[in-house]
Amino acid sequence: MSEKRDWPLFEVFIRARGGLDHKHAGSLHAADAAMAIEHARDVYTRREEGVSIWVVRSADIVASDPAEADALFEPARDKIYRHPTFYNIPAAVKTL
Amino acid sequence: MYTQGLDQKDAESPVDGEQLLARFQARIDAEEKIEPKDWMPAAYRTTLIRQISQHAHSEIVGMLPEGNWITRAPTLLRKAILIAKVQDEGGHGAYLYSAAETLGVDRAELIDQLLSGAAKYSSIFNYPTPTWADVGAIGWLVDGAAIMNQIPLCRCSYGPYSRAMVRICREESFHQRQGYEIMLRLAEGTAEQRQMAQDALNRWWWPAIMMFGPSDTDSKHSAQSMRWKIKRFSNDALRQKFVDFTVPQARFLGLSIPDPVLRWDDCEQRHVFGAVDWSEFNEVLKGNGPCNADRMAERRRAHADGEWVREAAVAYAAKQRDRAAARAA
Repeated sequence: MSEKRDWPLFEVFIRARGGLDHKHAGSLHAADAAMAIEHARDVYTRREEGVSIWVVRSADIVASDPAEADALFEPARDKIYRHPTFYNIPAAVKTL
Repeated sequence: MYTQGLDQKDAESPVDGEQLLARFQARIDAEEKIEPKDWMPAAYRTTLIRQISQHAHSEIVGMLPEGNWITRAPTLLRKAILIAKVQDEGGHGAYLYSAAETLGVDRAELIDQLLSGAAKYSSIFNYPTPTWADVGAIGWLVDGAAIMNQIPLCRCSYGPYSRAMVRICREESFHQRQGYEIMLRLAEGTAEQRQMAQDALNRWWWPAIMMFGPSDTDSKHSAQSMRWKIKRFSNDALRQKFVDFTVPQARFLGLSIPDPVLRWDDCEQRHVFGAVDWSEFNEVLKGNGPCNADRMAERRRAHADGEWVREAAVAYAAKQRDRAAARAA
């Protein structure tokens, strides 16, 4: 990438309502974090989409490698005993 | 999370390439979404960068014809609505540039391509807006045609583009309805106001029809884009649907569509309409439309005038960083 005519890139996370998690909404460029919050307000919450905003420099995010997805997630696939429906309980037994 | 650390290793050896290509097409066929860090053919990447950035440029240039009326909107409410709409278009440009950047291109490069004239934007924004009725006609017809094009893009195979389109479509619906409502008010008004609405329809109808792009037989990127599920419907199919939706809306307004050939065909259950003047479309694309030069001059001026602001913001951020570091030391 050319050094560096664009402002740094930030990822934006928005909490839609109290009680919900912040969720990734998109990204934007800003000179610093304070500006990123202001821009996120204008770009991603013009219709009351949020009550709280997180921004983080995209360069600071560490992501798993999609090519490694199988190795990473496959071990969970055969462990069906981790789910409650794995266990057969007689119908006569209540509140379990 | 999107643009960083993208390694663009497209098809190292021909054998690997073929396998990767087959696997890629299988994922597309299974309606899986392709995400930024996934392997993709170089041509898929190039096609998307071209399409998404053109789309972004269109949103940004599209702010100009309507922005022309912000200071002269007939009421305070209409002015507030128009400002909100133009701000939305700017927002849509921002979502789309971000989506394009996930493919490994810088925003600054994309802006350069627009300002140098290397990149295209929708032909429609090179037509003038001489009356208030044009603001109504743009919302009703231009945003209407845009929605018709954009709804299938919500299911585009490329994840970031599809997510941007979901957000955009949610917001465009207000644009179309406010435009139709402007036309409705004019159509209910004095003879002079009705004439203004009719004039605007006369001027925007054919350019709106052309927004769907060349006829299927002349569209050079269509087939591959359909296979990659970037595109879901052909240009002509969407154009037909737009005509079928819009004709009854015009009738409700008591306005007539400027096409002597237009009629409902009962056998085919569709409207038959006149031939599009593709020479006009091609001229506008080449830069010879009524407002191409104005639009580009305005974008270049805005970009140049903003230069010192962009620089000052960077200098301010650096100063704040240095001060924070000094305090911590």
